This record gives sequence, C-alpha cells and structure tokens, in this order.
Amino acid sequence: MSEWWTYSLSDFLMFSSRSYYRLIESYNAAMWPAHVLALVAGIIVIGAIARPRQNLQRLAALVLAAAWGWVAWAYHRERYAEINTAAPYFSAAFAVQALLLCWLAYRPGNAAPAPQPLTLGLSGLAIFAYPLLALARDGGEWRQAEVFGIVPDPTVVATLGALLAWRASATLWLIPVLWCLVSGATLMELKIGHAWLLPAIALTAVFARVMGSKKPRDLNSTANPRS
Amino acid sequence: MPPTSPSRRHLLASMIAASGGLALSPLLAAAPPAPLLTRPVPSSGEQLPVIGLGSWITFNVGRDPQGRRESVDVIRQFFAGGGRLVDSSPMYGSAQDVIGEAVQTLKPAQLFAADKVWVSGGARGVAQVEASRKLWRVPRFDLLQVHNLLSWEEHLPILLAMKREGRLRYVGITTSEGRRHTEIEKIMASQPIDFVQISYNALDRDVEQRILPLARERKIGVIVNRPFRQGDLTQSLAGEPLPGWAADIGCTTWAQALLKFIVSHTAVTCAIPATSSVAHVRENLLAGTGRMPDEALRKRIAQDVERLA
Repeated sequence: MSEWWTYSLSDFLMFSSRSYYRLIESYNAAMWPAHVLALVAGIIVIGAIARPRQNLQRLAALVLAAAWGWVAWAYHRERYAEINTAAPYFSAAFAVQALLLCWLAYRPGNAAPAPQPLTLGLSGLAIFAYPLLALARDGGEWRQAEVFGIVPDPTVVATLGALLAWRASATLWLIPVLWCLVSGATLMELKIGHAWLLPAIALTAVFARVMGSKKPRDLNSTANPRS
Repeated sequence: MPPTSPSRRHLLASMIAASGGLALSPLLAAAPPAPLLTRPVPSSGEQLPVIGLGSWITFNVGRDPQGRRESVDVIRQFFAGGGRLVDSSPMYGSAQDVIGEAVQTLKPAQLFAADKVWVSGGARGVAQVEASRKLWRVPRFDLLQVHNLLSWEEHLPILLAMKREGRLRYVGITTSEGRRHTEIEKIMASQPIDFVQISYNALDRDVEQRILPLARERKIGVIVNRPFRQGDLTQSLAGEPLPGWAADIGCTTWAQALLKFIVSHTAVTCAIPATSSVAHVRENLLAGTGRMPDEALRKRIAQDVERLA
C-alpha cells in the first residue's frame, strides 16, 4: 500500500453501524437458544476462576477453546465475512487461540492461589453485563445483545479474566489483546459510545498481569490451601 | 458554464410515476418537471446524468433481508429518477451482490454499470472481473476502472484489450482522498483511458489545479467520489442555515449545494454520492436539475463551506 501514511482508520471501515448490528441481530436469531448453553459455559468459566482447581481450570480452558472455535467459524467465517473482507483473517486468529486454549487445558500448569476481584470482575462483566450494553446503545435492542461464546467481544473479555487468574503466558494474551484493539477501533469508527471499553479492559488486564509479580502456586501442591 | 443537455426522462415525473402517482405534494404539483442534466462522455459523446450512485459502505449489508430490500429501493428510486451510472468494487464487501439483486429485480435498461478491478496481478484481475460480472448479473460492464491504481500496469492493457474486443465500453482508473495524484496525471497523459475517478468537493479542491484541466485537455471523463467526505461534510454543516445563494440555484439542503458545486465544474462528468436512504437519493438527484452555480458562485460556495464546516 503506497502512501500508507495518508490512510486513516475510517478508510478501512467498510460497513455502517446499522449493517453491523443487524448482522449481530440476525446471527443471534439463528443461534438461539444456544445462548442458554453459552450462559452455562460462562458460569463454568467464572466457577473455575472462583475455585481454582486444576480440573476446573482444564474444563474452563476447554470451554473457552470451544467458544473461540465457535466464534471463529460461526461468527467470523460464516457471518462477519459477509460485510468485512478481513473477517477470514480474524477467523484464523480465533482458531489459533482456540488451539492455544486447548494446549492450556492439556498443560494447565500453575494457577493463582485465590481468585482476584479483577479476574472475577472481568469474567462477570463479560458474561452478565456485556449483553446489556445493547440496551445502553443509541437505537440498540436486546435482540442485538452480545453474548459470551456467541460473539467475539464478551468471549475475549471473559478469556482475559481467565488468563489473568491463571497467570497464563504471554503467547495466550497476544490474540485477545490484539482483538480488543481491532474491535475498539472498529466501534470507534462506527461512533459507538462504548468503543473505549474493550481497549480499556485489555489495558487493565495487561497492567494487572505485568504488576502481578507474586509467583503462582502449583495447584497440585499440598501447600495450596484450596486444593 | 458549459451547455448541459436535459435527459429525456424528467426527474419529478419519473418519481411520481415510480410511486404510482401517490402522495403528490402541493409543492411537487406546482413545480414543473425538472430535467436531470447530463454531460457527454468525452471519448464517445454518450450522455450521462450528472448524478450517479456510489455503493461504498451503504450497500454492504451482507445477507440481511431488510438491508437488501432497502438497498433495492434506493436503486429503484435512482433509476426512476433518471439515474444511470452505478459504481461499485470488489472491495465493497457484499455491495456488488446487492446491486446484482437490484439489477435482477428491476431489469433497468438504462443501467451504466461501473465496476473496478482490485487485485494484484493481471491474471487474477481477469478472474475477478468475471466474478464481479456474475455478482452484478450483467452481460458486460460499461466501465471498468483500476481501483486505487493497484497493479495498473498489468490491468490496463487487459482492460483496453477487452474494450477493443467489444467486451467492455470504457476503461478508467481511480483514486480517492487525494492519493497518488502525480501517478494519476502520468497515466492520464500517457494512456488511452476514458474515465478517471477522483475525490472532489467544496473543501478538497486540489484536483482543480492539474487533474481536472488535464482531463478536459485529454478528453477524459471525470467521476467524483466522496462528494460529502463520507458524510462528514454534510454532518458538520447540518446545523448551519443555508446561505441566500442556495435558493438562487434551487437548493433546499447543504447536500444539494455541495453536489451542485461539484457537477457544475465543466470537467466533471458525474458525481457518485452513496446513500442507503431513498429520501437522500431523491435529494441528490434534484441536485442534478435546474440552475447550476456560475464560476463566481462556485467560489462563494467554496468560501462559505470552508468557513462553516
């Protein structure tokens, strides 16, 4: 791309907010009642963060992997690609993250000794509060609700909460954080009021991860009071 | 001002006919039918209405049935109002397919299908053009343009060969927002193209210096994209009352004044505002009718827009 410095974010936005939320609305209608299953899956993730046991962490990592894989295929590849030519790349990135989460389920490693308010807060926000943003948006309605495991944004936020709780390696953070920037930029160009939220969440989570210098305890260790 | 010829189709009469003669407002009833102005394509003399229809963002609605119905309504109104040139690109997501749905539904005899090739490599360009043609549901394109000059050295010879073989009527190149103007000028000066597509509006007037005069000199048609800076210009002027000159040239909205500023330039063949609103299509088409600003008024429009936007 020549004269790349002359391009702004708006040059890459190829759809209107109306088309974007209509797409989510029709996708929600097609997915229903998978939302109920997604809610149960989300509660499992919160449970795994609240009660840090290795088996639960494995299960939650698999739940998150399934959510990322589902969003990669059903949302990005089958739906978002209709209006965004970059969606197949997003689909590939989400599929890679699903594989990384499967690896985390296979080798869960260490976890934090106790749940932190921030980790629970992020997951709770993603699973219970994120769908309500549709009602807070100008012209939004509940049929356009963004639900964990169904669409990307709440899925990514819940994952950040889990990664923070499990003190996952940087490799697992890369795609979720990049998505927060991409989605935040998209919403900003669409002039959506809560466009700042996703980048702010990513920044907070990364900051908390970097500052969390305490060495995690092994869940298999008898020293862990909760194991 | 250059002479502009009225199209045979009369705008308001057509709109009334399209709506089944319903809802004839007293204003419309009192107004005589206004002809939609046309300009000749410099290389052929074919007359084209000065208002076309763009499709960036507005027709990219995916599979959404409501969005598609609304888009078809916009295109229906455009043709009913005497419009001809519809412009799209493989870069515009589902827009080509949405236009194709409208073509299939409306079967518009007057359609002037303008599309683009937007891919690296000549061979891939051929395949892309064929894929685009199928999406548009047309036997052939009237105009194919090299989008943003991407691989133009490879695409232009192929498009010009298609034109020679009668598989295409016109060939062009595009840019937007003032990019690569030096290269655009070189191509305009050296290649036998029929059209150049550029961004031009009351604020972005760089093309007045070299590109528009060169187009006139080389007999190249000019299609103007982003006449409202993708809506930003009309939005920033929304709260400002229209100056007195607006009534003199029959404008009731800023959008019409902005369009009249563009299409009144003697080198411009047509402007291609994009919209998803039937009301806006009507408004845009009305800008292609009636009195146009002369050079002095064009300067004043530019000054006022610069001051207010």
